[in-house]
Amino acid sequence: MSVRRLIGLETEYGIHAPANPRASHVALSIELINAYAAQVTEAGGAVAGTEWDYQSESPLVDARGWVLPRSAAHPSQLTDTPEALVDALGNVSGGDPTPADSAEREFTPPGSAHWRGDFFELQEGQPQLLMNLVLGNGARFYVDHAHPEYSAPETIGAKRAVLYDVAGDVVARTAASRLSAEPGSPEILLYKNNTDNKSVSYGAHENYLVPRRIPFDNLINGLIPFFVTRQITSGAGRVGIGQQAQTPGYQISQRADFFEEQVGLETTVRRPIINTRDEPHAHYDSWRRLHVIIGDANMSEYSAWIRVGTTALVLDLIEHGKAPDIRLIDPVQALKVISHDPSLTVKVPTNRGPMSAVEIQREYLIAALEHARSASTPGLPDTAPDTETAEVLEAWEELLTDLAEEPSRAADRVDWLAKLQLLESYRRRDGLDWDSATLGMIDLQYHDLRPEKGLYYKLARAGRMRRLFTDEQINWAAQHPPEETRAWLRGTLITEHSQAIAGASWDQILLRPDPAAAPVRLQLSNPFTGARTETEPVLRTAADTPAMVQGLQQLLEQNPAGHQ
Amino acid sequence: MAAQPQKQPQRPGGEEETGTESAAQLKANPQATERAEELDSILDEIDTVLEANAEEFVKGFVQKGGQ
Repeated sequence: MSVRRLIGLETEYGIHAPANPRASHVALSIELINAYAAQVTEAGGAVAGTEWDYQSESPLVDARGWVLPRSAAHPSQLTDTPEALVDALGNVSGGDPTPADSAEREFTPPGSAHWRGDFFELQEGQPQLLMNLVLGNGARFYVDHAHPEYSAPETIGAKRAVLYDVAGDVVARTAASRLSAEPGSPEILLYKNNTDNKSVSYGAHENYLVPRRIPFDNLINGLIPFFVTRQITSGAGRVGIGQQAQTPGYQISQRADFFEEQVGLETTVRRPIINTRDEPHAHYDSWRRLHVIIGDANMSEYSAWIRVGTTALVLDLIEHGKAPDIRLIDPVQALKVISHDPSLTVKVPTNRGPMSAVEIQREYLIAALEHARSASTPGLPDTAPDTETAEVLEAWEELLTDLAEEPSRAADRVDWLAKLQLLESYRRRDGLDWDSATLGMIDLQYHDLRPEKGLYYKLARAGRMRRLFTDEQINWAAQHPPEETRAWLRGTLITEHSQAIAGASWDQILLRPDPAAAPVRLQLSNPFTGARTETEPVLRTAADTPAMVQGLQQLLEQNPAGHQ
Repeated sequence: MAAQPQKQPQRPGGEEETGTESAAQLKANPQATERAEELDSILDEIDTVLEANAEEFVKGFVQKGGQ
């Protein structure tokens, strides 16, 4: 029983150039990625500006054991080959035609000799334009659909996972500021949110490593009531009800109105509460990567920590057959009904009668407390197997108590409550109705990544938000990989041996022993190999690059599968 | 922007009518009221960073499809 499991978070940022509404978002995103490469290399650092190694990406493999025929897939799903990626980029969906859409039609796909960014000019000696970067902290920073996306390195534990997600904000912010410094470039604004309030949503995904022996149905049944109610502890808040915000009002979740199915493979259309995408990026027979698409992107570090930490605990409950027996009668409807009720009093139908979101969350908390107790020191109260698990349990209990008794008390931890308090203050002072443009602006600007403009940062600097990390820690994590997983080897090789890297993906690294040699493929299908304690001796003692490559190969062959 | 009359927030989708609006809750709890008043005091500061033309800005924020 522990929150200490392998976790990786992904954030798709909203991107906006207010001074140039005709700018292609794909082009802006590509320029942003390349601006980051320029920023790092200009400062003497390194990124792996290689093309992403697509060999182990298979987005059309379904967790339920069947493969979706290509012809049935929505074009935006086809991201597993460079050609398909270009196709997907050229056919981005959603929303009414906008100036950006018109600009997209004249767009020459990246990778072709004719492609040029609108603003970013390559200098002599810089690498060619890239769609993907692998960073020195082990993360991936790339263009996904028409958004820049940061996929954090694999970490162990909820707090580490959140730290490396917040580090992505530093990466994105640095890139935007570098791009804005190019002559003639308009200011590029980035938003860590999940909707433009005009029918389009983009995700903040979580990935959890789960043993494959756990039947997928157990995950579905155990997770649905938890995911539907988890928004009360970690929703980011949204002004407007409905996909197009057609009804004035305030709701708890950014994402709730965009979910239409209980279980499914898609992530961009007909979004499901449980996503069945099955690319473990690890040894297939041992592991599943649970791909969670239902969460909101959090500005509050604390909210994100609770979101990830409680999910890790619930996965542990499911793995041990200890999840509470709750079944929602209509999960998709319940998701929306709960989101639309900031008073937290609404009850949704379950197999145990009508229950509120707080009541359902409390059932999961009680099961987790009992399981933690029995798994560590049976007979003693309030025990947990490790410090972070104890912290998450305590924080979860405190938060649910506050939400049950007095939700506004949790405004120092929970985004939707912090944002609501801000909006209510404006409503009081200026007599604003929920369809006021000012409230829409506050909703959006809460997520603005610029420290001097973002309203979350204003609240945090005023001491109104509980922080988990110092800015120094976050900046450090933007530069250095986590020590406890294969991300350490990936990131360290990029920083210290970038000349040897021919390619990198989550579970493979291609290294050239010397510039003329064919690349050697390092298999990292065990995500726990490549950690610092294991790998650093090889890197530090190898006499030269060929010896290092050979040493790493030998090391990784010792436990290739990563069996539990 | 012209000041509009204060209205109760709408509760679309909510299944029950409840009187527990967050504003009402704030009033019920002395500590929370204090925090809310503190927040009122930093609104002036927030006014200075809020994007100037809210209506146009919000309208112009249009994203393409995502996951």
